[in-house]
Amino acid sequence: MAAFDLVWVQNLSVFTGYALLGGALWRVAGTERWKAAWHRLRGDRTGMAALALICVFLLVGTLESFSVPQPTGSRTLLQLATAGIPQEKGYSAPLATTTLSVANPTPLAGRHLLGTDALGRDTLVQTLRATRSALWIGGLTSIIYIPLGVLLGILAAFYRGWVDDVVQYFYSTVAAVPEILMLVSILMVLGKGLGTMAIALGITGWVGMARLIRGETLRQVERPYVAAARAMGQSDWKILMRHLLPNVMHLVLIKAVLGFSGLVLAEAVLSYLGVGSPVGTASWGAMIDASRSELSREPFVWWNISTSAGALFLLVLALNLFGDSLRRAFDPKHG
Amino acid sequence: MVAYLIRRLFFFVPIVFGVMLLTFVLFFVVQSPDAMARRVLGPKATPKAVENWLHNRGYDKPLLLNRTGQAPWHDSLFLNQMGRLARFDLGKSDVTNRPLAEDFREGALPSLLLTVPAFFVGLALSVVFALYLVFIRNGVVDLAASLACVALMSVPVMVYIIAGQFLVAQVLNYFPAFGFQLEGFSTAKFLLLPVALMVVSGLGADVRLFRAMFIEEMGQDYIRTARAKGVSSALVLLRHVFKNGLINLITLVVASLPFLIMGSVVLENFFGIPGLGNKLFSAIQAPDFAVVQASVFLGSLLYLGGLLLTDICYAWADPRIRLQ
Repeated sequence: MAAFDLVWVQNLSVFTGYALLGGALWRVAGTERWKAAWHRLRGDRTGMAALALICVFLLVGTLESFSVPQPTGSRTLLQLATAGIPQEKGYSAPLATTTLSVANPTPLAGRHLLGTDALGRDTLVQTLRATRSALWIGGLTSIIYIPLGVLLGILAAFYRGWVDDVVQYFYSTVAAVPEILMLVSILMVLGKGLGTMAIALGITGWVGMARLIRGETLRQVERPYVAAARAMGQSDWKILMRHLLPNVMHLVLIKAVLGFSGLVLAEAVLSYLGVGSPVGTASWGAMIDASRSELSREPFVWWNISTSAGALFLLVLALNLFGDSLRRAFDPKHG
Repeated sequence: MVAYLIRRLFFFVPIVFGVMLLTFVLFFVVQSPDAMARRVLGPKATPKAVENWLHNRGYDKPLLLNRTGQAPWHDSLFLNQMGRLARFDLGKSDVTNRPLAEDFREGALPSLLLTVPAFFVGLALSVVFALYLVFIRNGVVDLAASLACVALMSVPVMVYIIAGQFLVAQVLNYFPAFGFQLEGFSTAKFLLLPVALMVVSGLGADVRLFRAMFIEEMGQDYIRTARAKGVSSALVLLRHVFKNGLINLITLVVASLPFLIMGSVVLENFFGIPGLGNKLFSAIQAPDFAVVQASVFLGSLLYLGGLLLTDICYAWADPRIRLQ
C-alpha cells in the first residue's frame, strides 16, 4: 500500500511542477514585453527548434514519471510502452543478431536499434528512461533555488539597509565556498538521492539568481512606476508582487533555462563522483561512468556512452540555445 | 589603497567565520559525530570502537560549549576547531591520521602542473579566437563558431576525458593515457593529454564570454572616434579593443588564479594524478570528513584571496579606479 501511495505522490508532483510553470508564465503572458518577445522568438528558427527538442525530452521524462499500478508492481508509462522489447543475456551491438561474445555468442530475442547494456537491457530505452533523472534534478532544484533567489534578491534591493546587508552576507558566504566542494559536502552528509541532490544544488544555485535579481530590481525601483504605485498608497507587498516581480520575470526565465542545462550537467558529474543518483536509477551520468570499463573491453562497447552522452548533449545544447534565443527575444539590442 | 585593502580584509573575517560555521553545522549538527563514526567504521563496528574513534579525533566533546565542569568552558568541538583553523592548523585526516597540511602540500604541485599550463594555454587560445570572431563578426563563420562554442559547452567533462583517453590510447596507441610520474621531462608526457582535454572543455564558454566582452567594447565611443580618424579595423581591434578589454579580462582571470591550486577533481581522478583534486575524490569515497571540511576552509580562503587580488589588479590596470 505504501508503494501505491508513493506512486501517486510522484504523479501528483509532476502535475504540480507543470502547474507552477504554467502559473508563472500565465501571470506575465499578457504583458506587452512578453508578447513582443514571443513574437520575436517565433521568428527565431534555432530557438523554436531548440524549444521543440526540449518539449520532446519533457514528454519522455513525463512518460517515465507517471506510474500505473500493475499486478507485478507499479510500472511507468514509458515502461509499458516499451514492454514489447525483450531483455537479452548481455551486451549486444546495435542491430546485431547475437550477443557480444567471441567465444559463444547466443542468438538475441529481438533486434535492438542501439544495442543492449551489460544486463541485456535495450540501450535506447535505458537512455530514454534516464531522461527522468535529469529532468527531476533540474525541476526539483529549480523549485528550490528560483523562489529563494528571486525573493531574497528582490527584498534586498527593495528594502536596502540591513536587509540588503544580511542577504549580501549570506550569498557572499555561500559563494566563498567552491561550488563542487559545497555540493560534495552537502551530499556526503545528506546521502545520495534525487531529493538531496536537488537540495544541495539549490543551496549553491540561489546565489547567482539573487545577485541578478537584486541588480535588476535596484534599477527598477528607480523607475517612475514604482514611485507612482507608492504615491497611490499601495502596500510594499503589492508593489513587490504586482509591479517589481513581473518586471524581472523575463530575467528569471532566461536564467532558469540556462541554469537548467547546468543542472543536467551537474547531475552527470555528481553521479560520476559517487554522490549523485542512487544506484539502480537510470541516469546518464551513471551510464557514462559505466562506459569507462566498457571501452576497455575487447571488442569494445561504444554504443552505451554514445547514446547516453548524445542524449545528454542534445538536451543541454537545446537548453543553451533556447536560453540564448530567449535573451535575444527579450533584449534585441544586446543579443 | 592600503587602507582599503585592510578594510576589505576585515570584511572577510565574518565571511570566513560564516563558512566555518556552515561546515560545522553541516558536518557535526546535521549529521551527528556518532553517525559519522558509524559510516566510516561500517555497520558492524562495536560501540567501544565507535567511542574510541570519536575520542581519538576529539569528536566526543560537547558541540558548542563545555558545561561538564571537568574541562574549561571553551573545550568544545566547535571552539576547538575554530581555534585550530584560526591558527591555520588544518588538523588530521579521519582515515590515515596524517596531518592534512602535509597532504595538501604534497598534492599542490601535481595539481598546479596540470592546471597552470591548461589555464594559460586555454586563455591565450580563447582570446585569439574571440578577437578573430569579433573581427569577422556576424558573418557565417562567426555564427557557426558561436554554435560550436555552445556545443562545446554542452558536453560534460567526463565525456571529453573518456573519448580523449579512448582515442589516444586505444585507437592511436600514443603516449601514456593514464598515470603520473614526477621526474623531470617525462612528467610532460603524462600531462599532455589531460592539459589538452582541460583546454578543450573550457574553450567554448571562454571564447563566448570574451567575444561578448570585446563586442561590448566595440560599441564604445572611442572606437567610433578611432574608426572616424581612419584607423583600420584590424588595428582598432588589436590596439584599442584588446587593450581595454584586457582590463575586464584581468579581473576575470585573477579571480580564478587561486583555484588553480585546487586542481580538477574529475580530471585528476581519471588520469591518476596525485593532486588535491584526487585527494578530495578519495576523501569522498572513504568517506573522510576532515579532508572535505579542511578543503572547504582552504577553498574559501583562496576565493577571498582571489577577490582581493582582483581589486589590486583592477586598480593597477585601470588608472581611473582608485580604491578608497
